[in-house]
Amino acid sequence: MFSSPRDAYGKTLVELGKTNNKIAVLDADLSKSTKTALFAAAFPERFFDMGVAEADMVNTAAGISTCGFTVFASTFAMFLTGRAWEQIRNTVAYGNFDVKLVATHAGITVGPDGSSHQAIEDIALMSVIPNMRVVSPCDSTSTVELIKEAANSPGPFYFRLPRGKAPEIHKESENVSIGKALILREGADMTIFAHGLMVYQSLLAAEKLSLEGIEASVVDVHTIKPLDKDLIACYASKTGKVLVAEEHSINGGLGSAIALLISKDRSAYMRFVAIDNQFGMSGSEEELLSHYKLDEKTIFEKSLEFFR
Amino acid sequence: MEIESLKSLSCKLRKDIIRMIYLAGSGHPGGSLSVIDIMTVIFFGDILRYRADQPKWPQRDRFVLSKGHAAPALYAVLSEAGFFPKEDLWTLRKLGSTLHGHPFNLDTPGVEAPTGSLGQGLSIAHGMALGLKLLKQDSRVFAILGDGEIEEGNIWEAAMSAGFYKSGNLTAIIDYNHLQIDGYIHSVKSPEPIPDKFKAFLWDVIEIDGHDHSMILNTLKNASQRAIDGPPLAVIAHTVKGKGVSFMEDCVDWHGVAPNKEQYEKAMDLLNG
Repeated sequence: MFSSPRDAYGKTLVELGKTNNKIAVLDADLSKSTKTALFAAAFPERFFDMGVAEADMVNTAAGISTCGFTVFASTFAMFLTGRAWEQIRNTVAYGNFDVKLVATHAGITVGPDGSSHQAIEDIALMSVIPNMRVVSPCDSTSTVELIKEAANSPGPFYFRLPRGKAPEIHKESENVSIGKALILREGADMTIFAHGLMVYQSLLAAEKLSLEGIEASVVDVHTIKPLDKDLIACYASKTGKVLVAEEHSINGGLGSAIALLISKDRSAYMRFVAIDNQFGMSGSEEELLSHYKLDEKTIFEKSLEFFR
Repeated sequence: MEIESLKSLSCKLRKDIIRMIYLAGSGHPGGSLSVIDIMTVIFFGDILRYRADQPKWPQRDRFVLSKGHAAPALYAVLSEAGFFPKEDLWTLRKLGSTLHGHPFNLDTPGVEAPTGSLGQGLSIAHGMALGLKLLKQDSRVFAILGDGEIEEGNIWEAAMSAGFYKSGNLTAIIDYNHLQIDGYIHSVKSPEPIPDKFKAFLWDVIEIDGHDHSMILNTLKNASQRAIDGPPLAVIAHTVKGKGVSFMEDCVDWHGVAPNKEQYEKAMDLLNG
């Protein structure tokens, strides 16, 4: 079953708004796309459209939060993390304000709009900022749970959501919690760590690997910062082979974070499935996943390299 | 506080500013001296409602120093108001001090937001204004902007927002001292005509002498009476960079340089009159 994490986000905002009158929401002229329009319709007095002005939106969100509000600010990942990076760094994160930045259309999922709209650097840009927590859910169920938890955790967050629909991975919501990676499949031969859309591709690849006699663990690392260091280090040393799959630049994403972690004890060999130092191009989401080798086939092939 | 007392307080705070920067060995005297008369009136002229022993008092008015490099002026008024001890001033910019080179809310009581990276304070202040209106609170927000700073695009995004949202509880004061790091603002990239630009973004605009305490006081008292759902107010305050220390006045070289011992003593003599 597939559903839209963006829809889940919008509906969750409305739900939060019903019980908490200190939730405020901002957008930068993309509320219909980010689904904050659902909150705008339900609570018009607590919604502010800042127009096409991302830097203004981010700093205004910080200002509103000083009055005791938990403020969600949304637009496309490219414009939020790129255009307003310094406002995010120097105001929201440095001042440690209660602002949740929820970006949609992240990665290459904005598809045909092309490279100018595709954020494949957003996790790197956000992870490097102190105080900022970085979350990339893989489906609607985990989006709902993680957004709700963030709403009750003071301080800055960055969420990245895809444009399209995502397959439901997590049937149950109770184990989903910020900072806790989730084991989706146990296998002793290698471990695949993934976030966002690549979690599903990793599960498909693990099925194929199993047919070849290779049992892979698959872990959903929805929280890239703070990283679930204990669990990741444990699976790295247990299996000795780690593949990180992410729909992001190979530089500065989950792969970099895990490499930094396990380089300390050199507990595992690593492979990366990510976008290697190039800009995006136009195409459908499916075409682009295949063009940039962000698919089950590539994960499968790169995994086999461990065993040659 | 009476006008004469405000004037002598400004003079005292000027000496604090010079001493702070001299002891730090770095900092921004020019733009701190140009805004200090305005900030004296805001904090001690019964304009800003605050409780120094309760910096986060929810009913407080808000003050944002968008031109954060004038931090010495902010620290001087905050310590004078009782937010922290006067001795802290002499630790400015030193490792481990609560007084950073530019304002930082988490370390300095009374500082509302981190500022100093130019162009960001007006958006933050406007966010506060929107938040206060959401709370149906009659508190006011005052922001001080530099004239060079308004070359930043983020200022005009905020100006557009505040005009559109009719944030009449917001007052922006532009410290119009005509100098920025590279020289006179009209020779770098003139932001003129400043009043017309704010008017075009649906603000009310008033021009004053930023060193005339009674004019500042009357203007800001009136600002505090304005409808909170009307146009925001821009106060163009004509000032002199380095005001009060004759050899620093209207001199670009004193934007971001600390006085040496001789210059420090000379400045103090001048301020002692």
